[in-house]
Amino acid sequence: MKHPLALLALLAATAAGAETPRGLLDTYAAEAASRTPGFQASARRGADFFGRRFGVSEKMPACVSCHTEDPAQAGRHAITGKDIKPLAPRANPARFTDAAKAEKWFGRNCGEVVGRPCSAAEKADLLRFLAEGA
Amino acid sequence: MKTALCALLLAAGLPLSARADRLPLPADAPPAYAAECGSCHLAFPPALLAAADWRRVMAGLDRHYGDNAALDADTARVIGDFLARHGGNADRYANAGTPPRLTATAWFQRKHRKVPSPLWQDARVRSAANCSACHPQAEQGRYGERDIALPELRHRREH
Ligand code: HEC
Ligand code: HEC
Ligand code: HEC
Repeated sequence: MKHPLALLALLAATAAGAETPRGLLDTYAAEAASRTPGFQASARRGADFFGRRFGVSEKMPACVSCHTEDPAQAGRHAITGKDIKPLAPRANPARFTDAAKAEKWFGRNCGEVVGRPCSAAEKADLLRFLAEGA
Repeated sequence: MKTALCALLLAAGLPLSARADRLPLPADAPPAYAAECGSCHLAFPPALLAAADWRRVMAGLDRHYGDNAALDADTARVIGDFLARHGGNADRYANAGTPPRLTATAWFQRKHRKVPSPLWQDARVRSAANCSACHPQAEQGRYGERDIALPELRHRREH
């Protein structure tokens, strides 16, 4: 259930590293549309999500706690201080080219920051924002 | 003195990694170690924590020092075996605490006794586990005093 069919198919069909940010965005958007007919990914909703303070975790209240307000810039891990390469594919072409990697980090970071898995709609919105800016 | 010791070690046929300021990842490190355990912090030198402590770290990855580092079982086993193989001497790296921290061991504390305590909280450092803040060549396994990044720490060495 947490791994919808579309994504499973994508994971099975492609070798690690073979995906594109656009392809991932389309997969998430198609899945969201299958639940909410007419769904369109929105960079503005993605920006809002990225900057929102969920307040579930004291040390990492928001995505921006580590990825910084501008995802085209390098971030810094809120606890360990380690540099994190930019999350936006327009600044870092290695991003979102491996569906399994993206899913692993969505799983971890949504769990810690949002307190639950992110929905396909939230991921599609976020990817549009990261690809295009707000 | 240090150089002399080094020459001795070399003459004795010991690998360079036996020096305390050279701690490169062992050659048999699985790629997953740097990829998975080097994403949120440095992929720490396995020799700086005892094998039993590495096992404790690997047993609780889903609740990992206030973060979630959970891995699939296969990857976790490969990494766990590697860390257990290269874990350090349990007496030397005693007192890692719970959860185990290589930065808490008696050895680490001794090596870092000259670091003034406010520096650990300095904005440039943030955490003792942020090795690269002071050792910019840490990813290459280089911890020599000449490589220390913070100027106030470099000058302290000159008397
Ligand atoms: C505690 C720090 C931290 C927070 C907070 C955080 N992340 Fe991350 N994130 C990381 C690290 C570390 C990586 C992996 C390092 C790397 O790949 O450079 C990462 C990687 C990712 C990736 C992988 C992208 C790819 O394909 O390479 C995604 C997606 C992601 N984060 C989304 C999020 C979202 C969404 C949030 C908020 C809900 C969030 N992150 C909050 C630290 C954080
Ligand atoms: C999702 C992020 C993340 C990943 C992935 C991760 N860690 Fe950590 N780790 C942390 C955080 C956060 C801390 C706490 C650092 C601090 O207190 O400054 C930490 C601390 C540690 C410490 C204690 C460091 C000290 O203070 O001496 C060890 C040992 C450790 N991690 C090992 C590992 C190993 C082994 C892996 C791979 C299986 C791993 N970590 C993967 C986030 C992560
Ligand atoms: C606040 C700065 C700082 C941080 C953070 C830090 N160190 Fe150090 N470290 C030093 C200083 C200063 C020395 C002493 C240099 C000297 O006297 O040769 C040192 C010495 C060492 C040495 C001994 C080198 C030798 O020649 O014997 C090792 C190994 C080492 N550090 C590893 C680490 C590791 C691993 C981490 C992260 C877990 C870390 N350090 C974090 C400042 C730091």
